[in-house]
Amino acid sequence: MSPFTILPILLPLIGGILMLMARPAGIQTQRILNLILVSLLVGVSLVSFNLASSDVQQVVLLGNWQAPFGIVIVLDRLSAMMLLLTSLLALAALWYAIRTDTDKQGQHFHVLFQMQLFGLNGAFMTGDVFNLFVFFEVLLLASYGLLLHGGGRLRTRAGLHYVVINLVGSTLFLFAVGTLYGILGTLNIADMAIAVKTVSPEDQGIVATAAVLLLVVFGIKAAMFPLYLWLPGAYAYTSAPVAALFAIMTKVGLYSIIRVHGTIFSEQAGDLAFVHVQWVLLLGLITLALAALGVLAARALRRQVAYLILASVATLMIAIGVNNELALTATFYYLIHSTLLGAAMFLVADVILKGRGTYADSLTKAIPIDRPIIVGSVFMVLAIALTGMPPLSGFFGKVMILNSALSHPWFAAILGVVLVAGLLMIVAVCRSGSLMFYSVKKDKSEQSTPLNKSAFVAVIMLMLVSPLMVIFAKPLNEMSSQIAAQLYDQQAYIDAVLTTLPHGENGK
Amino acid sequence: MEWLIASVIAVMTGCGVYLTLRARTFPVVLGLTMLAYAVNVFLFAMGRLQVGFPAVIDPAAAGYTDPLPQALVLTAIVIAFGMTAFLIVLALKARSELGNDHVDGLHRSDDERKAKRHNNKTDSERSAS
Repeated sequence: MSPFTILPILLPLIGGILMLMARPAGIQTQRILNLILVSLLVGVSLVSFNLASSDVQQVVLLGNWQAPFGIVIVLDRLSAMMLLLTSLLALAALWYAIRTDTDKQGQHFHVLFQMQLFGLNGAFMTGDVFNLFVFFEVLLLASYGLLLHGGGRLRTRAGLHYVVINLVGSTLFLFAVGTLYGILGTLNIADMAIAVKTVSPEDQGIVATAAVLLLVVFGIKAAMFPLYLWLPGAYAYTSAPVAALFAIMTKVGLYSIIRVHGTIFSEQAGDLAFVHVQWVLLLGLITLALAALGVLAARALRRQVAYLILASVATLMIAIGVNNELALTATFYYLIHSTLLGAAMFLVADVILKGRGTYADSLTKAIPIDRPIIVGSVFMVLAIALTGMPPLSGFFGKVMILNSALSHPWFAAILGVVLVAGLLMIVAVCRSGSLMFYSVKKDKSEQSTPLNKSAFVAVIMLMLVSPLMVIFAKPLNEMSSQIAAQLYDQQAYIDAVLTTLPHGENGK
Repeated sequence: MEWLIASVIAVMTGCGVYLTLRARTFPVVLGLTMLAYAVNVFLFAMGRLQVGFPAVIDPAAAGYTDPLPQALVLTAIVIAFGMTAFLIVLALKARSELGNDHVDGLHRSDDERKAKRHNNKTDSERSAS
């Protein structure tokens, strides 16, 4: 155990406070300070990643109380990967926000940005279900602020829906947590995994209900059918850097399913083993089919991108639902791809939107944008990656997921839905691309806005992730399989959490 | 007493769900508040109902109640309080920006009108050519 472990949570918290204090010094100071802090966070996440790769879970006992009695912070391979992913995404989103002056549209952008990272990192590292609830609230409250940042009617309306559905979700979370505590008598994830084995048969129904209720809550976060209706509106109408940062928000839901359900309702849970798995697979398939139709039906580019994100999340749900070690390996590979490339797509949609003047991002014939070749190429690369066409990372991720599902009884359904959805998305994205870059009209009365080159750097950096993920597919795949192997060894997690002794008692 | 507590939670949850499904923002806020109350009582009851026992172990007392749900309820109350305050402000903002208090803001916004105008323009061009 190293005291360094908790730094990824503490740094953004202190950063948020610093941002608030730096406000009188002006926006320029805040920007520089925030860039430094997020860069530091990338460094800290890298060190955490290194710490976690020793195959031993790093456990911090808050308040020096031993595990089931106090709250624990756990850093394992999965948490470390999520931390690194979050900080890299945050850096790109922040750069874009600063270069396009998004942070000037309202107050406290930088404070909320740091608080968002605080909530995200906390959710990725906590080992306690109630603490997970608290960090969910932190990240949600920050996300409400970021989502509404800049104002505007459509944004306010989408924000209201987002806030209300998440408040309902929080209430359900508390009901589920209360039920689990009432039966299992503990809220520590590792301790719950032990307690669930000895649940009496008449209580099993209640625990299963609570498990599915918890799945509903995580399903709201992950935008699982039928709880995804908030996503297209919220993502389409918020500012681009915020939408890009929110690409990680749906993954918080997926992470929670993997962590909480995967640990508590693992194969060692007796009769309650894998109560959630079939639901995740079935709902993932439905979500993917509907998301593909949404991509096809969207009448504005940002909404189309939001549905593309939904499709990638649904693909991840299917991978989790397939439920074997190979599928989990594929999940992590695809998760990295979908987060970073989805964020890039939101940013490029914003570039196109800004370039087309009053035509915005509506899928109609409009004036040509500035530098159509470079923007169009980036759009094409991202479209290929996100729809899962060879030779980019989306294709490899999908092949890995389908490969892991080969022996699954539902293989035909999985194959059918994934391939047909992919085809529909390709058709829709091709149409948008040709409409925006080829089928333009010569309208002398309107001039396209010049391309914001320094902001575009963030898009290119994120786009380069896709070819890099192909080139370094082998090490990435090894890393993913190590994460999956560690997650499948639940006993090691339980032992690591419960046998960590407080300071001053094991030293001598 | 179990019966009483259970029916109180049920009634509050029922009212909360009903109000949350209303079309105006104010009943929705009230509904979410009711749901928060219901879940607070529910969490409290999950520590089992004990009458007249302290929450801290006291050698003089015959027993003790589970202190953990009480700590959870405290946290939940604070969070629900903050969220309700935020939601009220947001509802007021929506009321002033959308011009009405319907949750879907029935007024068509400027942005949508603009997009529609473009659609119409391109449609008429297409039919002309």
